Amino acid sequence: MATKILIPTPLRTYTDKQDVVEADGATVGELLANMTARYTDLRQHLYTDEVKLRCFVNIYVNDDDIRYLDKEQTPVTSDDTVSIIPSVAGGGAQ
Amino acid sequence: MPLVIWSEAEAGIRHHGRDAYPHECCGALIGHDRVVTETMALPNTTAEGPRRRFLVRPDDYQAAERRASELQAELLGFYHSHPDSPARPSQYDLDHAWPVFAYVIVAVTAGRPAEMTSWRLRRDRSTFDEEEIAIGAR
Repeated sequence: MATKILIPTPLRTYTDKQDVVEADGATVGELLANMTARYTDLRQHLYTDEVKLRCFVNIYVNDDDIRYLDKEQTPVTSDDTVSIIPSVAGGGAQ
Repeated sequence: MPLVIWSEAEAGIRHHGRDAYPHECCGALIGHDRVVTETMALPNTTAEGPRRRFLVRPDDYQAAERRASELQAELLGFYHSHPDSPARPSQYDLDHAWPVFAYVIVAVTAGRPAEMTSWRLRRDRSTFDEEEIAIGAR
């Protein structure tokens, strides 16, 4: 059974304008891997060149940030909703 | 194709930049089809020094999405100020940018809002491209 993933505004251009997509996977990592296999242009915005989640990409399972769970090993089921929630950061030259 | 910012929204960005000086301000840009009709000031929650950094936390980001939804509008991007620094994106801005969004920067020089610019991340994340700003009226 697939798990729902909520897509934030800036990434919907890479998911055929959908704000919710579904993917299979037993963990958050598997889910995101399957999602980015289908929507390949998402990859560079979610992951660094070293295939680590970018620091300003926040993944929540229901209401919980996976940083405080088991990170990408956090288990998911079809009853869960996974959200990709941006942090927005920047600033002037140091 | 320029980013149109309604004059009240443009004034709101400048006032926020002035009021937050010497710290950076930040907020959301809301509207339709590249027309910013409303801004939403957000707290700068950076722990890295607000004179040179800003951070919009996930819950504040979600509040901006909700506000856009309530207005039956879209979240078009974010603005921030560069106190005593040009209105040009830094490497740090580039490293943390999201695609599609407009990034509006207002320079605030000695407490006075100055140049305002808008930028979009290139698809390959290699750089920002500047876009013209046009001030519109309601």
